[in-house]
Amino acid sequence: MISKRIVLHFPNRLVDQPIVYKLVKEYDLQFNILKAYVTPQEEGLMVLELTGKDENFNKGIEYLQSCGVKIQPLSQDVIRNEVKCTDCGVCVPICPTAALVVDPITRKVHFYDNKCIACELCVKACPTRAMEVHF
Amino acid sequence: MKTIKEINEKIKKGEVVVATAEEIIDLVNKKGLKKATQEVDVVTTGTFGPMCSSGAYFNIGHSKPRIKLGGGSCKLNDVPAYCGFAAVDIYLGATAIPDDDPRNKIFPGEFRYGGGHLIQELVAGKDIRLEATAYGTDCYPRKKLETLVNLKDLNEAVLFNIRNCYQNYNVAVNLSDKIIYTYMGVLKPKLGNANYCSAGQLSPLLKDPYYKTIGIGTKIFLGGGIGYVAWQGTQHNPGVKRKDNGVPQAPAGTLAVIGDLKQMKSEWLLGTSMLGYGVTLTVGIGVPIPILDEEIAKYVAIKDEEIYTQVVDYSAAYPQMVPGSLGEVNYAQLNSGKIIVQGKEVPTGNLSSYSKAREIAQELKSWIKNGDFLLSEPVAPLPVAESGYTFKPLKERPIE
Repeated sequence: MISKRIVLHFPNRLVDQPIVYKLVKEYDLQFNILKAYVTPQEEGLMVLELTGKDENFNKGIEYLQSCGVKIQPLSQDVIRNEVKCTDCGVCVPICPTAALVVDPITRKVHFYDNKCIACELCVKACPTRAMEVHF
Repeated sequence: MKTIKEINEKIKKGEVVVATAEEIIDLVNKKGLKKATQEVDVVTTGTFGPMCSSGAYFNIGHSKPRIKLGGGSCKLNDVPAYCGFAAVDIYLGATAIPDDDPRNKIFPGEFRYGGGHLIQELVAGKDIRLEATAYGTDCYPRKKLETLVNLKDLNEAVLFNIRNCYQNYNVAVNLSDKIIYTYMGVLKPKLGNANYCSAGQLSPLLKDPYYKTIGIGTKIFLGGGIGYVAWQGTQHNPGVKRKDNGVPQAPAGTLAVIGDLKQMKSEWLLGTSMLGYGVTLTVGIGVPIPILDEEIAKYVAIKDEEIYTQVVDYSAAYPQMVPGSLGEVNYAQLNSGKIIVQGKEVPTGNLSSYSKAREIAQELKSWIKNGDFLLSEPVAPLPVAESGYTFKPLKERPIE
């Protein structure tokens, strides 16, 4: 089994076509939509948690790519700017998935990007705006 | 008993023993109060949090022909500065924002840029746009000025913060059923989170609760450079309730601080944006406490679990000036990541960076150990509780 959080970029020609449902029907994958929207330039963006057997997962990804969907791992899209972050920790109780945690010894804030669901609640709540989103 | 003079002699000879406000806790535990007092000469404290009553004044130099900004207007990168002084002196406040900032018109406002950010950029050495208008006089004929300025070219650039370094602060929660945006951060409904803002056992005034050593004239670490305590800060309130160890259980003393901006560092003066609230400046301050006797050593060894503060509802009680507290918690509980309020477990978040406060205390310690920083004798004490000095609310009176 494999489970990954990925960001899908749909070019505008694909926005009105059903694509994600095939991941279930043809490849027996489970998905949890964490975020989805269509930009003013009519490109589609979707953040998915995708789970299934390794073989099916890879075939599903190949299918998406063959349709023209660009795929990135989520961890590349929500980034903490280490220069701006002061490790204050005011983001910690805001994060719904405990992706931001204060280390009890160093008292620095750790960002576990594998737990991040890109809800962006921390982005504007951060006093120095150290959390950056690069979709 | 030691004197500041004796400690300074030790600093000059390279014989001084310095501990941070964290390290002294362990030392007193291990060696006992008497031995620790004899061995340690100075304890360094630190704090790094948003401090809104901050700002800087500048003398920009005279243009040719001359202009008198006093009575006119002046903006730095569109952020308005106060110019009700003579010809070319201005004061920039940390919370000032450009006239065309949307503020809270689209709620919650983002407040991306203001006085705090401008101070950070100036200190980082960036060129700043200065635009000014004046009414013109016989001796100051010019009416308009537009130029780039840089910190290094200004005559004076002085950080002068009228209230910093709060001795203790509230824990903010939200009892209402909708999210609120405050100077204590985003507060989720129905006790969704509890935000606090203090370095606790590292914070300067919490380690000298009765202001026995910190006074007017005390030399400090300010924004990465050297500064001084100029006065008690505004809203200084020494008379609040205290625990037996002397530590106030609510916001109490404050400091007004001053220092040359030109020798400060932008990493210790950060422009800060509070969502739905406004712009401010996060200031790094470190204060050395000379260990003159056992009483002072006892105070600097106070730890997080002995420092208590009040939980306050920022949805109704705070804005409506309703006194009272939802309960008392200590900083060890706050630092554990959750506290209990009204029987509910509430996750906590600190607005003040403990790890940066630790860095400041370490930095000041190394300055003193290396002989680069001598202690100063305070020239006058800060007002204590017995003086009757208090923080009063505004008494509104109708205008005829």
